[in-house]
Amino acid sequence: MKARVHVMLKNGVLDPQGEAVRHALGQLGFDGVEGVRQGKVIELDLAETDADAAKARVTEMCEKLLANTVIESYSVEIA
Amino acid sequence: MHAAVIVFPGSNCDRDLAVAFERAGARVSMVWHKDTALPEGVDIIGVPGGFSFGDYLRCGAIAANSPICRSVVDHAERGGFVLGICNGFQVLTETGLLPGVLLRNANLKYICKPVDLRVETADSAFTQGYEAGSTITVPIAHHDGNYFADDETLKRLQGEARIAFRYCDNPNGSADDIAGVLSQNRRVLGMMPHPERMAEPLQGGTDGAAMFDSLVSQLADA
Repeated sequence: MKARVHVMLKNGVLDPQGEAVRHALGQLGFDGVEGVRQGKVIELDLAETDADAAKARVTEMCEKLLANTVIESYSVEIA
Repeated sequence: MHAAVIVFPGSNCDRDLAVAFERAGARVSMVWHKDTALPEGVDIIGVPGGFSFGDYLRCGAIAANSPICRSVVDHAERGGFVLGICNGFQVLTETGLLPGVLLRNANLKYICKPVDLRVETADSAFTQGYEAGSTITVPIAHHDGNYFADDETLKRLQGEARIAFRYCDNPNGSADDIAGVLSQNRRVLGMMPHPERMAEPLQGGTDGAAMFDSLVSQLADA
C-alpha cells in the first residue's frame, strides 16, 4: 500500500524559498501571485495492507522523523 | 577533562573541534555515529559542524536519529555537558535538547565570513571566560542558520538568560539576532558560529579559545 505525506511550513513561519519563487514569478511577468509556500511530498511504499494501521504508522513516522513539528505541519494520504 | 567528538558521515569540523579541545588541555575521543555507547568518563560531548548525511530531509534530522545520539541525549539528561556547533546545533535542536530550529538563511545564500558576536551571558561553563556584553569575532559558514522559535519560547530564552550569543549585525535573519542558546540547566550550548575556527593565532584570531579554556578548567574541577 502506498502513502503520501505532505510536509508544509506552518503559517507564520517565514518561507524564504517560497518568497524567492514568488519574486522570480513576478520577474517572469506572472502578476498577482500574492504568496508562495514551498513544501515537500514524501511517497512511501508500505508492506501494511490495512489502511487505518498504515495511516497510524505513517503518522508516527511524521512525528519522529519526516516532519519537524516545531515549524512544519503534515498530512498523510493512504492510497 | 575528557571530551568526545561525534563523527557523522559528512562531518567536516570534527578534527578542528578535537584540536581546539586538545589545545586547551583536554583528552579527546572521536566517536563514530554507529557506536551506541560513549567512552567511559566523558565530561563533554562535541557535536561538530559539517553536512551530516548530506543535509537530507532537514539539516541534522538524520544525524539526530543515529545510534550514538541516544547516548548523547542520555548524557545531557543526566546533566552532562554538550557543545553543538553549526550542524551540531542543528542536530541538537532536532533531538529536542535545545529549543527552536534553524531555517534557511533569509537571503537564501550560503554565508561564510567572520562575524561579530555579543556575549550575552557569562553564566555558563562555555561563556565564563568572556565578559558579558563584550564582542568577539568568530566565523560563520552555513546555509541554514536562521534561528526560529515561537514568541513564547523566545521570551522564555530571554527571561532565563539562555541566549548565549547574539549577532551584532544579523547575517541570516535569525529571530532576535540569536547566534547561540543554552539549555535550561546551562550545560548544553548550541551555536551557529565556529569558535573552534578561531582558537589559535594561525587561524587569524583567538576569540574562540576562551570557550575551550574555560570548559577544560571548569570540567577538570568537577
